[in-house]
Amino acid sequence: MLRDITLGQYYQTESVIHRLDARVKLAGTLIFIVSLFFFKNYWGYLVAALFLAGVIKLSRVPFKFMVKGMKAIVFLVIITVLFSLFLTPGEALVSLGKLTITKEGLNTAITTTIRLSMLIIGSSIMTLTTTPNNLTDAMEKSMRPLKKLHVPVHEIAMMMSIALRFIPILLEETDKIMKAQIARGADFESGNLLKRAKAMVPLLVPLFISAFRRANDLAMAMEARCYRGGDGRTKMKPLIYQKRDHLAYVCLLVYFVAAVVIGRLHF
Amino acid sequence: MAIELEHVNFIYGEDTPLAVKALDDVNLMIPDGQFIGIIGHTGSGKSTLVQHLNGLMKATSGDIRYNGESIYGKDFEMRKLRSKVGLVFQYPEHQLFEIDVFSDVCFGPKNLGLSKEEVEERAKDALQKVGIPETMYYQSPFELSGGQKRRVAIAGVLAMQPDVLILDEPTAGLDPKGRDEILQQIKTLQTETGLTILLVSHSMDDVAEYVDRIIVMNAGKVMFDDVPKSVFAHVKELEEVGLAAPQVTYVMQELRKRGFEVGEDATTVEEAAKAILRCLKA
Ligand SMILES: Nc1ncnc2c1ncn2[C@@H]1O[C@H](COP(=O)(O)OP(=O)(O)O)[C@@H](O)[C@H]1O
Ligand SMILES: [Mg+2]
Repeated sequence: MLRDITLGQYYQTESVIHRLDARVKLAGTLIFIVSLFFFKNYWGYLVAALFLAGVIKLSRVPFKFMVKGMKAIVFLVIITVLFSLFLTPGEALVSLGKLTITKEGLNTAITTTIRLSMLIIGSSIMTLTTTPNNLTDAMEKSMRPLKKLHVPVHEIAMMMSIALRFIPILLEETDKIMKAQIARGADFESGNLLKRAKAMVPLLVPLFISAFRRANDLAMAMEARCYRGGDGRTKMKPLIYQKRDHLAYVCLLVYFVAAVVIGRLHF
Repeated sequence: MAIELEHVNFIYGEDTPLAVKALDDVNLMIPDGQFIGIIGHTGSGKSTLVQHLNGLMKATSGDIRYNGESIYGKDFEMRKLRSKVGLVFQYPEHQLFEIDVFSDVCFGPKNLGLSKEEVEERAKDALQKVGIPETMYYQSPFELSGGQKRRVAIAGVLAMQPDVLILDEPTAGLDPKGRDEILQQIKTLQTETGLTILLVSHSMDDVAEYVDRIIVMNAGKVMFDDVPKSVFAHVKELEEVGLAAPQVTYVMQELRKRGFEVGEDATTVEEAAKAILRCLKA
């Protein structure tokens, strides 16, 4: 049931993209997303799509697997499209009673759909090819300058990695408790809103209790291993740039310049 | 009221690189009134198997019939099946949520849409069967000991008055005393009510004394399905898959090897004691 959510999940396989330094992937994702907002024509999106396709191919994550995790987001995309389709003022194309579709609206709807789906695919490539641990390590290291401003960088990174680590565990737990209550005749699927909200109690109470129990155990285990924050803490697998990472940065730069230039040309 | 499984297969994460075949061509017939032990090493597919029996999981292929009717049929009422086949999950105390013991046990029968009196009567009856005294009815379930919590959780399923009761590792994490108490209570329940019981465990010693039949699972397949005595005769094969016959079986084997005529029938400590005494007197 809940296990089918693959958003933010890591996909284990051997590929160039998997081996890249997580900082490269983090920067790459940002660059890619930013580039999407520079385009003024559809050629830019074509370049971005080709780049994305190349990266997907290199990552060896089956496209089918990637799309499966996006089902949850389709709803969001549809809502956004509907809003921009009907609520953008401009030159009318079609009228359906009170609602009118404008030329500008159609244009915005198309670009929004393309942007949103590329944005989601782009960021899911990062999470699919990077373990949560590596990702938070990369964030910690990239944000280190902020430490001078007394931002608790290490603590934020640690909290993030714990949160990420707990998502699958809590999903599994939810699944288990849900099944156990269904076995006792609970019904999570029918009835009106109030009834459904009430039906959540037998699920949420045990879930919270279990989350607290786990948090407690984890805190105890960390203390037992003398965890006392980030100061002086060394890494088992420190992030060090390799040749391929520098190469990847160059590729990213080339992509960015090329895509933005092409995307802003007037034909 | 039999449950029949025909060529049941189940794969976790089908179509992904992480696919695991958890059930592999399982064929079983579970008649009325039997006390069955399902034994297997961790990861052998026991929990997956029992969740198929009340329709919580749907087989990837194959068919399951309840009273001759396929549970995957269009008109089959899954809710009815779930009220008739009660499943107690591993660590069932993790599902407790109500403010007191009594209300928690009422949850199941209440979901069946019974009257208030009927619900309370069933809850009382169930709590009595698992040996929870009335003085505890209005305590918070979270204040009880581990063994007590578990018994309350079992009562929560019993209160639905199922025809088949499935317990997934009901003794996991309990001390020996708590373990024996729970097992003894389950046995009493079975003899008194004639309920069909499936007891899942990874330990032969747990079930040998109580059950009529043992199903041994290994890597998703049914490896043996027979009366305890015949299953224990395969000591070698059992050991190969990380299981063991009950300890008395080894004692008796060793005694036979050393020339004591103790016979081959004893599978429980009690029977073994009798056989040894008989042999010594003769
Ligand atoms: N939710 C799940 N997702 C993927 N694989 C699972 C899941 N649950 C169990 N498995 C796998 O299925 C197999 C059987 O598991 P299970 O039925 O829980 O065994 P048992 O109860 O005998 O220990 C194991 O290999 C296990 O790793
Ligand atoms: Mg199990």
